[in-house]
Amino acid sequence: MLTKRIIPCLDIKDGKTVKGINFLGLKSVGDPVDMARAYSGQGADELVFLDISATIEGRKAFSELVGRIALNINIPFTVGGGISTVEDAAILLRAGADKVSVNSAAVRNPGLISDIASRFGSQCVVVAIDAKNVDGVWKVTTHGGSRFSDKELFSWAGQAETLGAGEILFTSMDHDGTCSGYACNEYRRLSGMLGIPVIASGGAGTVGHIAEVLSSDGGCADAALAASVFHYGEILIPDLKRRLASCGIPVRL
Amino acid sequence: MTGIIDYEAGNIRSVENALKRLGADYVLSRDTAVLSACDRLLLPGVGEAGWAMAKLRENNLVDFIRNTDKPLLGICLGMQLLCSRSEEGDVECLGIFRNKVRHFSHVFPAGIGLKVPQIGWNDITSLKSGLFDGVKEGSYVYFVHSYCADIGEDTASVTEYGIPFSSSLCRGNFMGCQFHPEKSGDTGERIIGNFLGLTD
Repeated sequence: MLTKRIIPCLDIKDGKTVKGINFLGLKSVGDPVDMARAYSGQGADELVFLDISATIEGRKAFSELVGRIALNINIPFTVGGGISTVEDAAILLRAGADKVSVNSAAVRNPGLISDIASRFGSQCVVVAIDAKNVDGVWKVTTHGGSRFSDKELFSWAGQAETLGAGEILFTSMDHDGTCSGYACNEYRRLSGMLGIPVIASGGAGTVGHIAEVLSSDGGCADAALAASVFHYGEILIPDLKRRLASCGIPVRL
Repeated sequence: MTGIIDYEAGNIRSVENALKRLGADYVLSRDTAVLSACDRLLLPGVGEAGWAMAKLRENNLVDFIRNTDKPLLGICLGMQLLCSRSEEGDVECLGIFRNKVRHFSHVFPAGIGLKVPQIGWNDITSLKSGLFDGVKEGSYVYFVHSYCADIGEDTASVTEYGIPFSSSLCRGNFMGCQFHPEKSGDTGERIIGNFLGLTD
């Protein structure tokens, strides 16, 4: 049976790992390749690396890092952060990434999704959506949650699928960094309306939260992504997977 | 020496990385003279079947692959190309395996509501190939695909996604994996090691 995926996410700045809390303030937590190996050894199903470098040197360090990660780990990984052209995506895919995630640039230029998908296949295009609930409407934000766009979460997710997205990674800005659980109702709705996998991100604090967002009675998400709870060892992946399995959620043990 | 058949079809880097991790010697080539001198061949592939068959034809690799007596492993699209026919691009393939490749949506029971592509880790059962020496029944491997090969006499492992399909195939010196062994953790590394003859 196809299993639900557990995906640790690592924020990378200038080739080093950091974790932003609520997208503010950075705290260094370790070397990316060592962390990737450690997570792979613990049973992570996939990894995500987000480049939050603001400089050209930082971005170059990131693509070099992607090559080292690809050489050193034997599970799939996605890279994202600042990808705004097909060429940006091509550099990272050629360096050995399995998938790229696009966010702000796709909001500005939705054709980017179809351009990458038609050149490299839908399977390697993850469309990341950061959204915030404003008076009952899920408004899509860009630039790490700092700007509102004119798009709405569900219609944008549908449009992204039509354009050739292979997966949707939705982060609720209302839940991210709170450790109080995922936006389960929204994941349930996304999962019901889309024919492609949905990755949940933002809000994991306990094993129960992850179980809830993956469960068919809860968020119905195909994968759960988290950062702090894994980085700080609050949740250990082997324990998490055993407990998910005991709740009847299919996982790779 | 392992020859990776390089016909411009995707995931070559990840296959190369897997061989590097295992310390195996390899060469990337589309030159049949170079490939003929190898001990075994890998046919990778990510992309569209009709396009990939055209690339194999363009590079005069169709007859070479059909006639080789070296162990040859097709991965993902590479496995599908070794089948008789694919619905993707409605194309005749290499015809080594008797299986047909169809889109999941055409073989799913009505109303099943599963997502396509299948992306993620699924289990392999009914293991029937030297590729799986030391691999347990029900081990998990990583899949990314929208098309699948039906079950037949060449089926070397079965996986279920809506329906049972051939997650690997084997006939004589030819082998194929629908999943990505190079992305399938320690299980995948064992499978590649078995193919390379590196395992005990």
